[in-house]
Amino acid sequence: MKVILRNPRREVDVDGKRRVKDLLSELGILPSTVLVIRDNELLTSDAVVGGDDVLEVRPVMSGGGGAGA
Amino acid sequence: MKCRKCGGSAALELRRHNAAFCSPHFIEFFRKQVAEAVRRHRMFTLDETIMVAVSGGKDSLALWDVLIEEGYRTAGLYLDLGIFDYSKESRAKCEAFAAARGLTLHVERVADAVGAPIPVVQQVTRRPTCSACGLSKRYLMNRAALEHGYAVVATGHNLDDEAATLFGSVMHWQTDALPRQSPALASTHPKLVRRVKPLYRLSELETAAYAFLRGIDYIVEECPFAQGATSIAHKQVLDRLEEASPGAKHNFLFGFLDRARPAFERVENVELHECTSCGQVTTGAVCAFCKLADLVKRRTS
Repeated sequence: MKVILRNPRREVDVDGKRRVKDLLSELGILPSTVLVIRDNELLTSDAVVGGDDVLEVRPVMSGGGGAGA
Repeated sequence: MKCRKCGGSAALELRRHNAAFCSPHFIEFFRKQVAEAVRRHRMFTLDETIMVAVSGGKDSLALWDVLIEEGYRTAGLYLDLGIFDYSKESRAKCEAFAAARGLTLHVERVADAVGAPIPVVQQVTRRPTCSACGLSKRYLMNRAALEHGYAVVATGHNLDDEAATLFGSVMHWQTDALPRQSPALASTHPKLVRRVKPLYRLSELETAAYAFLRGIDYIVEECPFAQGATSIAHKQVLDRLEEASPGAKHNFLFGFLDRARPAFERVENVELHECTSCGQVTTGAVCAFCKLADLVKRRTS
């Protein structure tokens, strides 16, 4: 499957099937810090992904003086 | 994973609530949390017009969307920081959001007020970029609301923003900042507009999920100056705590608001004046924004 990461934008190819929480763990990402999106739908941590899936892992953090506005 | 309410397929898991929701029930949960924030802190009424400070990011556009859906009268305020393509793109998102809903969007350029865009301010002052930017935003929000006749400004600060700010204040024992941290700051001077944070009960993950599920086109890219910001480091520390102990951020912030803040508020005794330069409210003779603008003027001329 193809995994699209942001900030900075990059793509990684991951072989095999696994749960979202295991994929995030392998990528060193805490589940509460990202939305995981497939086919314009949000996935929960127990969803199984793999094969021809294209996933976007979208960070949710904003910060600095701009936070909140 | 199943939705707690209907048993359908869940879109989002909320570990701190030990729950998961499908898209419609998550949106319902989100709006109820905003309604509870507004009710508990008497933030505004349906009779008032609210100025919503928007950046083009998920939080502020999600906030604007909720307030519209709940039937409030609103207008947006976009502060153009002059940060290269980031500002152009974020302004375009706000303009498109407002235009699609037929709502007013006020735009103020920071460069017009402080004398230079934020990247130049960063070069000519020794202040951390986010500090000068935050100062400029707070000043211009208040000034714009006064000029346009809005009694209240709503910002998109979420639970993570508030917990990180509290963490920073406690780390440095900034006892003057602690009483000022609140979901609702009343107007304590005729020239100070009420400021409210209706998203303070909702996490960053929740505001991002709401914006996504509502189809809001927001800017995902981070501000180029946010990288390495102290507030980001504090959020990362709190994210690790939250992962180990779901609800840690909520308990930290809500425990402070319920039990600790009143004690700091009792000892605060601040006298407010009007700045001798611009007339806005300050604790000294000249406000921090005028000092910043003066510094920028001297170093760029």
